[in-house]
Amino acid sequence: MTDLAKERGPKGYRMSIDYKTAGPAIALFILCLIGYLLNPAFLSEGNLSNLLTRSAFIGIIAVGATFVITAGGIDLSVGSMAAAISGVMIIIMNASLDMMGAGFATVILGAGCSILLGIGAGWINGALTTKGKIEAFIVTLGTMGIYRSLVTYFADGGTLSLDFAIRGIYRPVYYGSFLGLPIPVWVFILVAALGWFLMNRTSFGRYCTAIGSNESVAKYSAIKVDRVKTLTYVIQGLCVSLATIIYVPRLGSASSSTGVLWELEAIAAVIIGGTVLKGGYGRIGGTILGALILTTIGNILNFTDLISNYLNGTMQGLIIIVAVWLQRGDWGKSRTKQPE
Amino acid sequence: MLDNQSTVNVLLKADRISKSFGSVPVLFSVNMEIHAGEVHSLIGENGAGKSTLMKILSGFHRPTSGRILLEGRDIQLPPNGGAEELGIVLIHQELNLAEQMTVEENIFLGRELTRRGVLDRLAMRTQVQSMLDAIGLGISPQDRISDLTIAEQQMVEIVKAVSRNARVLIMDEPTAVLTEAETKLFFQQVEALKKRGVAVIFVSHKLSEVKQISDRITVLRDGQWIATKPASELSPDAMAQMMVGRELSDLYPPLHEADVDADRVLEVTGLQAPGVHNVSFDLRKGEILGFSGLIGAGRTAVFEAICGLQPIHAGRVMFQGEEIRFPSVAAARDAGVAYLTKDRKAKGLLLDKQMGPNLTLFSLPKFQRRWGLDHAAEQSALERAVRRFDIRARDPMIKVGDMSGGNQQKLLIAKVMEAEPQVVIIDEPTRGIDVGTKQQVYHFIAALAAEGVSVVVISSEMPEVIGISHRVVVMREGAIMGVLTGDDINETEIMRHAAGLKQATAQPAAEAIQ
Repeated sequence: MTDLAKERGPKGYRMSIDYKTAGPAIALFILCLIGYLLNPAFLSEGNLSNLLTRSAFIGIIAVGATFVITAGGIDLSVGSMAAAISGVMIIIMNASLDMMGAGFATVILGAGCSILLGIGAGWINGALTTKGKIEAFIVTLGTMGIYRSLVTYFADGGTLSLDFAIRGIYRPVYYGSFLGLPIPVWVFILVAALGWFLMNRTSFGRYCTAIGSNESVAKYSAIKVDRVKTLTYVIQGLCVSLATIIYVPRLGSASSSTGVLWELEAIAAVIIGGTVLKGGYGRIGGTILGALILTTIGNILNFTDLISNYLNGTMQGLIIIVAVWLQRGDWGKSRTKQPE
Repeated sequence: MLDNQSTVNVLLKADRISKSFGSVPVLFSVNMEIHAGEVHSLIGENGAGKSTLMKILSGFHRPTSGRILLEGRDIQLPPNGGAEELGIVLIHQELNLAEQMTVEENIFLGRELTRRGVLDRLAMRTQVQSMLDAIGLGISPQDRISDLTIAEQQMVEIVKAVSRNARVLIMDEPTAVLTEAETKLFFQQVEALKKRGVAVIFVSHKLSEVKQISDRITVLRDGQWIATKPASELSPDAMAQMMVGRELSDLYPPLHEADVDADRVLEVTGLQAPGVHNVSFDLRKGEILGFSGLIGAGRTAVFEAICGLQPIHAGRVMFQGEEIRFPSVAAARDAGVAYLTKDRKAKGLLLDKQMGPNLTLFSLPKFQRRWGLDHAAEQSALERAVRRFDIRARDPMIKVGDMSGGNQQKLLIAKVMEAEPQVVIIDEPTRGIDVGTKQQVYHFIAALAAEGVSVVVISSEMPEVIGISHRVVVMREGAIMGVLTGDDINETEIMRHAAGLKQATAQPAAEAIQ
């Protein structure tokens, strides 16, 4: 029992929730305002569409990460996983070129393999943490290294390139648009909507929250803890594979530098969005805002010469720290926190 | 105490203390005087304001009005445990020890002895050893906290407090998790502290212990000061009456006559599981079956195995006439068997969530519709449960961790009953809750049995098992020592079985199955 809620009473409690919900949205709004003031072209259709497309990769992965983190886990392997999956995808599509020709079927085959690989990789992470009873941090640190070295090995230290014949067919998945919005943005919207529904409207989402909040309570409440936790990693793998499918046509290649640091950006998006790192409280809506915030910072730095673009990481780092500091919500208040 | 009234040394005094949280008043002008060298018990129902008063006396809360006097001087206690500097130490129910560190490291935590900038381990060890010797605690300064029993950890906490020159020691239900032998040892330490002039404020729901250890007793009810009396003038019954403010003759509800011909809902034969050796018993429809025994006798283990929380090595479990082995808690729940844990804070409730998600967590599939969870149904379930189990929360949005123990327990019962089980196993139904709520819980249990639900009550409190059960199973070291019925259900018989003095009657357990 903390004295915190008692001291603050019902009023303070609701206010802090409101703050948590609105915070990331306010931050994004302020960022956009700054962007516009520095350069009105920031709000041009072309730039906004570019910004949203770029957010899609991190955003989609971060939706998956929201489930993992809410259930008290962590997945550090997503960046390497994306690299490995894109590598294998390219190899498979190039290889099937002789048999199937350069057609939709080839691309569908590649995408299908990507999804299977994502689910499989997620399941491995999940099974090792639950059945193998190894900490998620260690498991995914291990698989992170494995996937990263696999893509280097497949590419023989260089770059795997998608055959030009397929590239032409596959290209619209990244560069095409539907009803004025780029395809990656549609995928992002779809994943976000499904993620939101799963988190807030189903037993599964409730179970993730319960497990992250207290695993023993979850176990005694008839929740199949291992199954739910494994599923969060599978969802994460699926999200990575979807992000990979829309990422591959962008450059048409994969190398050891593909998806570097994506895991940290995804985790950062989740945390900026208000999800609690130790689990038990997850917000898909916040995650999406978090992903947009991260991309927007990079975009603004690209757009203006106020701060060097090389300082992108610095700005992102600052935003993460400030976001978490603000979320503690007790600045300026004296606070007594003692277990009763 | 009374005859040396003139020399009484008032250490700490609460003078007309009132406290409100927001607009909710919880203490009304309460007075309390603590003398040096006395054990002063503070009793009252959950929500009577004991915790708040303790926290005000130790500086964790600030009173809304009233004064605190330390040795006659008006004082503002520093917040956040700063009062320790003044010699006022609050020992929480959940102990504040660094589990992975050793006894000596914990005792000197934050004020380590150093010599030329380097830790002086030898000096610290010698000092700690002499402190441990002084109270006769048989542990080494180099033992890790996580390797000690709860009682020993508690003792370390006390040694730590005393080593910091504590003059007022405030202890919140220190005996709640102790076995009888451990409690005895603990009381010896308290006596030793008393002799050294330390004042001890003792909060407990175990009134017989309060009677045994206290010099004076202060009773609170609904935030009001009711009385402060010498322990010698109060019997446990009188204390209970003052706490509740009404007669408690009907603490245990009248039990329906057990129907010996009722169907056997659960039959267990030769069960082998971790900590369980060859256990056989049966449970009839609408019966309340008590499980008694010392702590660690394997009672919980039996039902964790049956409910799929622990593996079953061998044996047969028949549920409603069919042999069954539940692979998971969910399977047990779906069949109609539910286990209600004794550890409501660590295993029962999500303390950082509100009542709603907690209530429906166990029976969530019931609320799942094609298009997601039915929030309206969840909400009406909560309203129903609040009415049925009389759950009182200051604010419906309150976090469960901020509710009183009694209300948490009622919520936990409501949570399990939401799954509408046919067999419910309630482990320590009244641990750490006040006598008024206890009475309510007993009535819930009796009402369930009257509705035809079969109830297993695992309890370490003998009067409870005796008061509420149709039959009592006594366990010892993972095995059943006997099944008591009718007039045999009394403290002497239970104790003799639990202590292993009477093993021959293990036979009836087997007979009952046939």
